[in-house]
Amino acid sequence: MEVTNENTPKEKKGLKQKIRAFFAQAPLIGLIISALIAVILEQTVGDLLANLIGLSKIPTLFGFLIILKKPLLIPSAMLYVFIIYVLPLIIIGKFTTPLMNAIAAWLFKAHKLISGVIYIGLLYLILHLWADISQYRLLTLKLTLIAVIVTLSLNVINGYMGEFSCSHPGFMALGAYTSSVITLMFFVDGKIISEALLPISLAPFVFPFSLIIGGFSASVGALIIAIPSFRTRGDYLAIISLAFLFIVKSAIENLEFIGGPRGLSSQPDVADLATVFLWTVACVWIINNFVRSVMGKALNAVRDDELAADAMTVNTRRTKLVAFMFSAFWAGIAGGLFAHVLRYINPATFGIQKLAEVLAMVYFGGLNSVYGSVVGAVSLSILGEALRPLELFKWIVIPLMLILIMIYRPTGLIAFKEFNVREIIKPKLSPPKEV
Amino acid sequence: MPLLQVKNMTHYFGGLRAVSNFDLEIEAGQIRGLIGPNGAGKTTIFNLLTGIHKPTEGAITLDGENVVGLRPHLIASRGLGRTFQNICLWRHMTVLEHVKMACYAKLTYGLTGAFFGTAKRHREEAQIETKALGLLKMLGIEHFAGDNVLNLSYGAQRRVEMARALATEPKVLLLDEPTAGMNPEELSQMMAIIRQVHQEFGLAIFLIEHRLRVVMELCEKIQTLVFGEVISEGGPEEIQNDPKVIDAYLGKEAVE
Repeated sequence: MEVTNENTPKEKKGLKQKIRAFFAQAPLIGLIISALIAVILEQTVGDLLANLIGLSKIPTLFGFLIILKKPLLIPSAMLYVFIIYVLPLIIIGKFTTPLMNAIAAWLFKAHKLISGVIYIGLLYLILHLWADISQYRLLTLKLTLIAVIVTLSLNVINGYMGEFSCSHPGFMALGAYTSSVITLMFFVDGKIISEALLPISLAPFVFPFSLIIGGFSASVGALIIAIPSFRTRGDYLAIISLAFLFIVKSAIENLEFIGGPRGLSSQPDVADLATVFLWTVACVWIINNFVRSVMGKALNAVRDDELAADAMTVNTRRTKLVAFMFSAFWAGIAGGLFAHVLRYINPATFGIQKLAEVLAMVYFGGLNSVYGSVVGAVSLSILGEALRPLELFKWIVIPLMLILIMIYRPTGLIAFKEFNVREIIKPKLSPPKEV
Repeated sequence: MPLLQVKNMTHYFGGLRAVSNFDLEIEAGQIRGLIGPNGAGKTTIFNLLTGIHKPTEGAITLDGENVVGLRPHLIASRGLGRTFQNICLWRHMTVLEHVKMACYAKLTYGLTGAFFGTAKRHREEAQIETKALGLLKMLGIEHFAGDNVLNLSYGAQRRVEMARALATEPKVLLLDEPTAGMNPEELSQMMAIIRQVHQEFGLAIFLIEHRLRVVMELCEKIQTLVFGEVISEGGPEEIQNDPKVIDAYLGKEAVE
């Protein structure tokens, strides 16, 4: 809800309320359809419009890059964004609310599977069309979706269970390397073994299994942290998890058959947008299911008072074990996807820098909140790309924003909020969703 | 055979003997009390019974089964429910979630249910929700069901603890100073609740108290603990007039 303009200072509150009041009537489906119209508009008349108002090509990231690179083009970029994105939103949001509410009401009543497929299908269509404009957009989008998975998985430990895990890049590395070794072994000549075992056409079918095996290998790695977590917690466990990160990194650097410090490259090109998107949806769905069940809430009980949890029949060891392995599994999946999106990995990718990035996303978005993790991962990924023209200053602006968030919202943007899908797709009352 | 039987329980913290040769027998449906000055080791005895610490020596049997060395959650699910002296609630959870959480041991849907939201999970969670709401209603806090526990008054928080302990379906309920920090009105309400719980569930209750009034009114039998040792045991009258108890509470001169 507060996503739209969090950083605007207090005097703009009037505007914020106006925006909120404006969208209070529009259900999510209305916003989705208006976004769909926006991307279709961009596909069809985007080029023409861009030329007309003096831009050389369609602005890739909502005009951010242009604004920062060529200040003279600011009016054109803003005009473009307004016509393509904001106008459909206003028109659909304002004038078709009764229709959209009727559709939302129908979808709300329809079978879960049907409405789920429709919403996810539409969402995918929007992302696909949006990413279709340029390779750069596609890559940014894929990496953003992967960031969503990692952030969610880290939030399970750092938010829901209240431990401070520093090992997620390590889990990612385990997943990335395991799945890469499998796909390289089966489909690429001369990388791991001299001749590929299967024809490349089978790669898309084997890829999910390689990801899952990667996820499980990360889960097994997580045992190294889960077992000490029975006896210690807090700072001590954080240090152990940091140690784990270094162990994984150094181990990979010293294993020659997977490339050592040079890394692994030329993974088969199987991670298209649909695959990454579906894994992200699965991740959000499963993690959200888990954290809303009584078994998932046991994580909160362990975090808030372990003794009380024990006395109330909660199996705290099992809870911790499950939390760590589950979280690591998703980090491993994210790692596998990452490896196949970039088609190159090396141990240095999974170091402290990555850790800082993921931690920032978790804490920016909000602890103990699926919603917050999605928002945190998306906004920091997009911001990271959007501020690229600032070069080194980017690393001053983003941390500064983090500090500001921590001052005004110490637990992150949207912390301790349940992600209730039915609540969101409900007709009439619906928060504007960030894409 | 008593429901809960403790024989010769001794516990050392390093070189300090916190509890020595503690014996206890609680029959089904009995209310027993444990009194003693601060630092006498009362809460330690609770922690030993519930498995938080493992006694250095001695035997504890619940319903004929040995529970020494079992992990706390197993002891709890075998029927030893407890409340805490300094209220131990989960600060980010609602009242209803607290009571549902205490039904953890009864859930059978497993990880598949938790991950994929199966029909079985929804059924089981609906069941425990009904049960939890029933308990909240019984303790008169059903209107707080959706509230975060931190927003509740002290008395209501105590009731949440009680509801949560009852949700584990205990055979013996251990109450650690259930009336600590309460005003007289809350105190009589709490005593009424304890009586009600005792009658409705036919529970055996073992309670630690500071306030003699509570112990004297509720308990059939009382033990007095001083420096980890039981110095006197008997009915309320006996305890009240025992010179050793008066000595422990008020000092030597009062006896003389």
